[in-house]
Amino acid sequence: MAKAAESSGEPGTTSPRPLFAGLSDISISQDIPVEGEITIPMRSHIREFDSSTLNESVQNTIMRDLKAVGKKFMHVLYPRKSNTLLRDWDLWGPLILCVTLALMLQRSSVDSEKDGGPQFAEVFVIVWFGAVTITLNSKLLGGNISFFQSLCVLGYCILPLTVAMLVCRLVLLAEQGPINFMVRLFVVIVMFTWSIVASTAFLADSQPPNRKALAIYPVFLFYFVISWMILTFTPQ
Amino acid sequence: MAAVGDLQFEEFGNAAATAAENPGATTISIEGPGESPTHQAGLPRGSGGEEDDELLGNDDSDKTELLAGQKKSSPFWTFEYYQTFFDVDTYQVFDRIKGSLLPIPGKNFVRLYIRSNPDLYGPFWICATLVFAIAISGNLSNFLIHLGEKTYHYVPEFRKVSIAATIIYAYAWLVPLALWGFLMWRNSKVMNIVSYSFLEIVCVYGYSLFIYIPTAVLWIIPQKAVRWILVMIALGVSGSVLAMTFWPAVREDNRRIALATIVTIVLLHTLLSVGCLAYFFDAPEMDHLPTATAAPNQTVAAAKAS
Repeated sequence: MAKAAESSGEPGTTSPRPLFAGLSDISISQDIPVEGEITIPMRSHIREFDSSTLNESVQNTIMRDLKAVGKKFMHVLYPRKSNTLLRDWDLWGPLILCVTLALMLQRSSVDSEKDGGPQFAEVFVIVWFGAVTITLNSKLLGGNISFFQSLCVLGYCILPLTVAMLVCRLVLLAEQGPINFMVRLFVVIVMFTWSIVASTAFLADSQPPNRKALAIYPVFLFYFVISWMILTFTPQ
Repeated sequence: MAAVGDLQFEEFGNAAATAAENPGATTISIEGPGESPTHQAGLPRGSGGEEDDELLGNDDSDKTELLAGQKKSSPFWTFEYYQTFFDVDTYQVFDRIKGSLLPIPGKNFVRLYIRSNPDLYGPFWICATLVFAIAISGNLSNFLIHLGEKTYHYVPEFRKVSIAATIIYAYAWLVPLALWGFLMWRNSKVMNIVSYSFLEIVCVYGYSLFIYIPTAVLWIIPQKAVRWILVMIALGVSGSVLAMTFWPAVREDNRRIALATIVTIVLLHTLLSVGCLAYFFDAPEMDHLPTATAAPNQTVAAAKAS
């Protein structure tokens, strides 16, 4: 810019193209108002993060989150190879499922001194620390899934086992016996297989191909332990 | 101040010329001629060059040699440092498990399978599986033993899982620590040819515990003789893996100390298996037979008393 100005100041030298010739002659004598409209040709599809969600009613917020959770439940119950669970992860669903499971699995009476079933805190710790350990394991083996995405998938895939727990509780209201046990065993086995299939469908792609079995085995162990806790639940 | 003309670029394209000048350097022929000076400067091991030349024919160990110096170079507070302990593929884990199940006399588990790539995946998940296998099998076996009794109320015995976890993980980490410390101490007194790193010892112990998983499942069978035979088999297999691994490390030492070390290792292993069997699995009494004979005895005694 400076060179062009210099060259334009010397009319005798031959400059190839006087780009800014005459610019120095311009003087702005009056104020030219600069205003107008700037429109973005493509509207962004992101949710508006500013005041619009802050001012909406509580019911809207809760319903939106519940719908997201419900949509993910559907994805777990009918597992196809989609990455909705991975893209919009949230931990509400796992929390709801874990609390429900732990509430149903805990020892019903407070004064049982004998070794009984797990307490609420024990179930909670097993679920969350188990999920964290599996996630760390998969990341250490070289998987390219983020920490919370993996927690989200593992938590959501507990849904079939929570359904199994509900069914078992209902079946236990009937009379006890071997048939009772067989029904519960069948339900738990079916739901356990469903959990494994669902979580494998979501998690398997993120692992390096020669370590898939190494990353999937802990998931199998995790759901097996939860199924065992559900199967051996006895009301006091 | 150097003039501009003094600064010249040196040509490093001729690998043979640089090898002739600097016989200790390792030359790697790659595309860019400018890259070889950084490679030469980056290899700090002076004696490593000759070893690489010797082993170039064997492609598995040459990769190991080249990579061995570059492993674990990240500082310990980064995630990549811990990733180096999980650098195993599925078939490698299966090979190591197979090696722990079939101890071949004369073949060292560490040299054959681990080969300076110890992993933490195997020890950690084998111990986790073993914890749940023992707790669940113990629960099942107790349930089956007491099945007919009227006074028995089934409880899941969840507290035993935490006890099992403490025992197994303490065994799998503290015993290798003690053994490693002991071997380091003996190494300072007697020059041993074979010495193991702490992680390799943890690895051997972890994989040697694998045999106990099917053993724990088979312990459900409520026959005392069957259980003790299983103990013998499992102890034989895993004890021999451990003994054959650690014998070369203590061989050059004083005869008595070497034997005492091996005996202690096997003894601790025995203690673990017998202790688990005794604590988690109730003794199978001769179930219904005593109750059937006791009942007429009681009625006879009651008839006598009245």
